[in-house]
Amino acid sequence: MNNIIVFIETENGKICDVSLELLTKARGLSSQLGCSLEALLIGNEVNNLVQELASYGATRIHLAQDKRLSNYLTLPFSSIAISLFRKEQPQIALFGATSVGRDLAPRVSSALGSGLTADCTSLEIGSHTDAKAGKTYENLLYQIRPAFGGNIIATIINPDCRPQMATVREGVMKREPLSKPVEYTVNNIDLSDVISNVDFVVEIIERQIEERKIDIKGSPVIIAGGFGVGSKENFKLLFELAHVLGGEVGASRAAVDAGFADHARQIGQTGVTVRPKLYIAVGISGQIQHTAGMDQSAMVISINNDPSAPINQLADYAIVGDLNEVIPRMIKSYKKNSK
Amino acid sequence: MTKAFKIVVLAKQVPDTRNVGKNAMKEDGTVNRAALPAIFNPEDMNALEQALRIKDKFPGTEVLLLTMGPGRAADIIREGFFRGADGGVLLTDRKFAGADTLATSYALSMAIRKIQPDIIIAGRQAIDGDTAQVGPQVAEKLEYPQITYAEDIMDIKGGKITVKRRLERGIEIVKSTMPVVITVHATAPDCRPRNAKQLMKFKHARTLTEEQDNEHNSYLPLYTMDYLKIPEWGVNDIGGDEKNYGLSGSPTKVKKIENIVFQAKESKKLTSSAEDIELLMQELISSHTIG
Repeated sequence: MNNIIVFIETENGKICDVSLELLTKARGLSSQLGCSLEALLIGNEVNNLVQELASYGATRIHLAQDKRLSNYLTLPFSSIAISLFRKEQPQIALFGATSVGRDLAPRVSSALGSGLTADCTSLEIGSHTDAKAGKTYENLLYQIRPAFGGNIIATIINPDCRPQMATVREGVMKREPLSKPVEYTVNNIDLSDVISNVDFVVEIIERQIEERKIDIKGSPVIIAGGFGVGSKENFKLLFELAHVLGGEVGASRAAVDAGFADHARQIGQTGVTVRPKLYIAVGISGQIQHTAGMDQSAMVISINNDPSAPINQLADYAIVGDLNEVIPRMIKSYKKNSK
Repeated sequence: MTKAFKIVVLAKQVPDTRNVGKNAMKEDGTVNRAALPAIFNPEDMNALEQALRIKDKFPGTEVLLLTMGPGRAADIIREGFFRGADGGVLLTDRKFAGADTLATSYALSMAIRKIQPDIIIAGRQAIDGDTAQVGPQVAEKLEYPQITYAEDIMDIKGGKITVKRRLERGIEIVKSTMPVVITVHATAPDCRPRNAKQLMKFKHARTLTEEQDNEHNSYLPLYTMDYLKIPEWGVNDIGGDEKNYGLSGSPTKVKKIENIVFQAKESKKLTSSAEDIELLMQELISSHTIG
């Protein structure tokens, strides 16, 4: 009762990153609320993944296994989630904002009559006073998301209905396992009275899923390095920052030509065009060929030794300094300040 | 014998979020639709095309648009007519105001119960909210299966419909019984253009409210023709529990809205000092630029 349940998505027998990001976030929320963190894992022979969930802090794992559940299907998965949520009455239920989570969560929320906020980029705990009713709610989940084509940031709450449900975009929250797994229990869900043949009226005829490729285009945060980064070794710092901020690493053509980064990461006229929320240009001078591929970014930060680098004209913030100094400070500061 | 189907296309009139002005939001945090150009939601156009393609393949199929909104949303029904739809219904009632996705899906599902279609097709999501929730929620309320992220409705045979879905990293082909709710992804083919004949035939299609608002009643003689009447349905027409509509049927509330229209760029110079970096990171976090 009153706990947080995270829906765990799997693909090819592996837990999706977004689910681990959610567990990391929910771990913080659960300690703030003083409730327990639980996971719902559905699949065919997925019990081997339970340990990994515990290493992200899930103390109770609801496990639904059946050979018909090896691929995601809306109806049986939603039947399982609906029945579990009715029984367990979680206060918060989180899903990845993937094609699976965005298919499943609304169906579940409709059945439970609970509110759902899609594509959150941030989750916080806070209070709310309803002035009209003269009522104050404590410990609500603030579901924060861009809306209106990204022109506004809205904070959504569900004062009265439970669970408070949200989907969260992949890659916007950090993923951090614990140093050692927590103690956990497994609740093996008896499916005999939860799913039935009517849940299988939709059948999958064919499925072609490609392995994950480098895809910097969809990333909300991009850390891009130029020739000024100096070496492939130094690029590791960029990857570290990208990992911490939930972003991807990009590169200028000069950096790719120098062998510092993979061609798939090249941004600019001869590479890909990106429009992230945050673009951090490290050691990039800012030639037009490069800026053509990133000048639509919502915010640009430049890190450069050279105060007169052209990129600084475009940047919202121009940090003049050495990346080996600046990036570790950013990582440290982010870890300290993010919840 | 080929079968004909009854199809409902769910379409929404949305503010064009590419042209957001100052007065876009009301004080209570809801959208001030009156201040924005209104368009046919793009993915609902893809949905309409899928419906029209079924009609091409199975003559006699009836394509009906269902939209919920204020009076001016009758434009959606007219646009549907111009592109080949056979009819439509405008769901409009003050009692629908302030609805979130759950209350919206309740109203739509009640109207769909009245129409009794074989297939319900909607856009995956609307550009004002991007939630992608209404399709699945309508399906749940009707206890129909759902197929989201559809790119192509490939075939209908033996009472089953085969649909290609576009997922993040690939495709999936699924087969379902009917009735079914299908939501269509932007990668599906664009909608066909307006048809000149249809345009001539339906340009004076009106709701009763529009006809009454028209001071000159210049097309009153035309309005006696049944095919030009766009029905308006309110709570009394579709029934259901009043508390499930509008604000009272909406569990989610908007607590706060922050405008993030970015100002003209003015570079701020920072040093690499720990203090400067700290201030920057705090600002990025509080502005939700990073999570």
